Amino acid sequence: MPLQLDFTSILVQWPLLLRGAAWTVGLTAVATLLGAALAIGCAWARSGGPLALRWLVGAYVELIRNTPFIVQLFFVFFGLPEAGIRLSPATASVLAMTINLGAYATEILRAGIEATPRGQIEAAESLALTRAQVFTRVVLPPALGKVWPALVSQIVIVMLGSAVCGQISTEELSYATNLIQSRNFRAFETYIVGTLSYLGLAILVRTLLNWAGPRFLFGR
Amino acid sequence: MSAAPNAPPSGAGKPHTQVGAPILRITALRKSYGAHEVLRGIDLDVARGEVVAIIGKSGSGKSTLLRCINGLEVFQHGSLIVDGRHLLHDNPKAMRELRQGVGMIFQNFNLFPHLSVGRNVMLAPHLVKRRPGPENAARARQLLARVGLAEKFDAMPDKLSGGQQQRVAIARALAMDPAIMLCDEITSALDPELVGEVLRVVETLAEEGMTLLMVTHEMSFARKVANRVIFMHQGLVHEIGTPAEIFGAPRTPELRQFLSSLQD
Repeated sequence: MPLQLDFTSILVQWPLLLRGAAWTVGLTAVATLLGAALAIGCAWARSGGPLALRWLVGAYVELIRNTPFIVQLFFVFFGLPEAGIRLSPATASVLAMTINLGAYATEILRAGIEATPRGQIEAAESLALTRAQVFTRVVLPPALGKVWPALVSQIVIVMLGSAVCGQISTEELSYATNLIQSRNFRAFETYIVGTLSYLGLAILVRTLLNWAGPRFLFGR
Repeated sequence: MSAAPNAPPSGAGKPHTQVGAPILRITALRKSYGAHEVLRGIDLDVARGEVVAIIGKSGSGKSTLLRCINGLEVFQHGSLIVDGRHLLHDNPKAMRELRQGVGMIFQNFNLFPHLSVGRNVMLAPHLVKRRPGPENAARARQLLARVGLAEKFDAMPDKLSGGQQQRVAIARALAMDPAIMLCDEITSALDPELVGEVLRVVETLAEEGMTLLMVTHEMSFARKVANRVIFMHQGLVHEIGTPAEIFGAPRTPELRQFLSSLQD
């Protein structure tokens, strides 16, 4: 039987798709902000903090980087309530994404921080800057500049990975796509539309971050 | 650990340098990396406005000595006083106060690559001295003009030649109004044709009365500008004297050998 393509029955559901896409972008935006802050703190601790803290951060990074995201997400959403911590699907999703991005971004940032020539740090120290000023004004901006492409890729990976957050009924893009498919049973066309939507979002986010980073974070 | 037994009470606020007292006093300073002793008991007084050139073979400890003066290297024994302030490694606040009085220029310039020339000069006065924006910018422009780079205020460091970068580094150090300037082989990374423009700036600093300590391989410059020359050998001040004495009448065979090795 020849394949009869019918996209109209999916596209009429555009409000649902749009809402899903908005959720995906929103979750990613919040997780990016929190995850980046977490990563900056961890990268600092790992490059110059007390030994115990370095070890702790190292353990966190290895734990997260060597376990699947969906297991981390399920632990936060299904596991933590056992310990009395009950989170909404959206909160659990953001938390899991933040922790996940934070671990990868820590490693990415660390590479950038370690690439900062020792001499620049010494120059800043000889100018009587405090340790915190040396880190935030001299070490971090060029480090961000060096690793920005890798960091942007990781953020996109986390956004695409957020598709599994639909599994805990967060109403993001994959959840919306599954919902539409369950209504019209047109899996082929529905998942083509879903796939293209993710592709579009990824290009959008990557372009936006590549544009914004040099302007606002490590500007010239 | 680094304070002498007869140290004046720290935290006395203003530097209490008497007229004629040395601006830098180094007493029995010893430093080692593990078992290897790099500085084996250095005593040195430098008067305000004096220009001191430090020469010697690589590995003689001359750069290490310079880097001890602003605490980039930690020493194990002896004391070091800059402008009445004791160097205290384990007191970050005291270290920052001491460093405000000690400018340093490095072999590899070490400009901050993500900041424009003007911002390189303004960063530390803004963060450390809280110098207000307009005053800070005016001062930076004035200093850049002084090193002959007035038009480079908005340029990025990687667009400058080595000689220009080093002159920016000098302006950056001067912006903190240091009492002493440390120059650590500041022309060694430069192409020969760019050495002159940097040395000319250093020479005007000397003429204007800046206290200068410079580790250098530019013997003719040391002879011309320095009031005193120190020859270091195996972690000790081996010979010290006026340029005429050091270059014209070396007393020790080690210095004679070092000077003749430069002739080849």
